[in-house]
Amino acid sequence: MSDPVEIIQTPIRLEYNYTPGVARSRFLNGLAEGRILGERCERCHKVYVGGGSGACPRDGIPMTEVVELPHVGTVTTFCVVNMPFAGSTVEIPYTTAAILLDGADIPLTSLLQEVQAADVRMGMRVEAVWAPEAERGPSSDSIRYWRPTGDPDAPIDDVLKRMRADA
Amino acid sequence: MTAGAGDTQVLTALHVLEYPYKRSVGPVIGRFLTGLRDKKLEGIRGSDGRVIVPPVEYDPQTAAELSEFVAVGPAGLVTTWAWIAEPRPNNPLKKPFAWALIRLDGADTALLHAVDAGDERAMKTGMRVKPRWREERTGHILDIECFEPEA
Repeated sequence: MSDPVEIIQTPIRLEYNYTPGVARSRFLNGLAEGRILGERCERCHKVYVGGGSGACPRDGIPMTEVVELPHVGTVTTFCVVNMPFAGSTVEIPYTTAAILLDGADIPLTSLLQEVQAADVRMGMRVEAVWAPEAERGPSSDSIRYWRPTGDPDAPIDDVLKRMRADA
Repeated sequence: MTAGAGDTQVLTALHVLEYPYKRSVGPVIGRFLTGLRDKKLEGIRGSDGRVIVPPVEYDPQTAAELSEFVAVGPAGLVTTWAWIAEPRPNNPLKKPFAWALIRLDGADTALLHAVDAGDERAMKTGMRVKPRWREERTGHILDIECFEPEA
């Protein structure tokens, strides 16, 4: 081993305890039970889901009503991932989509499968594919991925309008 | 269902964030690290004649490219230090040690490294220390496991 040193490994590692707080804990505990839980703001009546802070981002007040949401929704936007990266276990290309659940006013971001990337479109109707009950936990991994329902697309303009702050 | 905190079990989990960076070291640090692999310590002479360790590619005063390597050490003296009573997992030593700036013999600047003195009371500014080399060296600053009191 006499070659000059040109490259060194300089790993950076951070271990920390993360607490998701009350609202996100409720969302994650719901996933462990096979439920998707959001909250409704009593002032603007919007339903937020995905484990935010528990405060309405528009009105800045704690949300008081828990809302159980269905496991179907509409793709509002998506991104086709063509680049592999460290830690990723999904075969490329794959699609990450923002999915507006029926009854929610903010989309979840999640993985789409059982569909070619080229066939994904805004307005596509999708449903959750859950991990087997025994493998579920308080983790986003409890939903393995989302897949097309095969139903006709939702009218995308109406769907997008629903997400507007002034809607 | 209301959204109070009372009915919710608040979670906590250990997260690990790790980036397995590789970096290219360039010709000057590269030569320094290559030297460590062979138990050799080298600095570089600046435009004012001072010997800088670890070596730098460009002169701190004039920004001129530097190229005159100078053998230094292997022993040196501690110019300042801080005692680590409770080492962290990624520290070079598992037992209490000192982080120290060490001015190697023949050098005009100090190198940061660990000193294994056994006890805080054994640490003194101005004390002489020498490197404890690892058996298996790869061209890394931790080819020196730590420094230890010379006597």
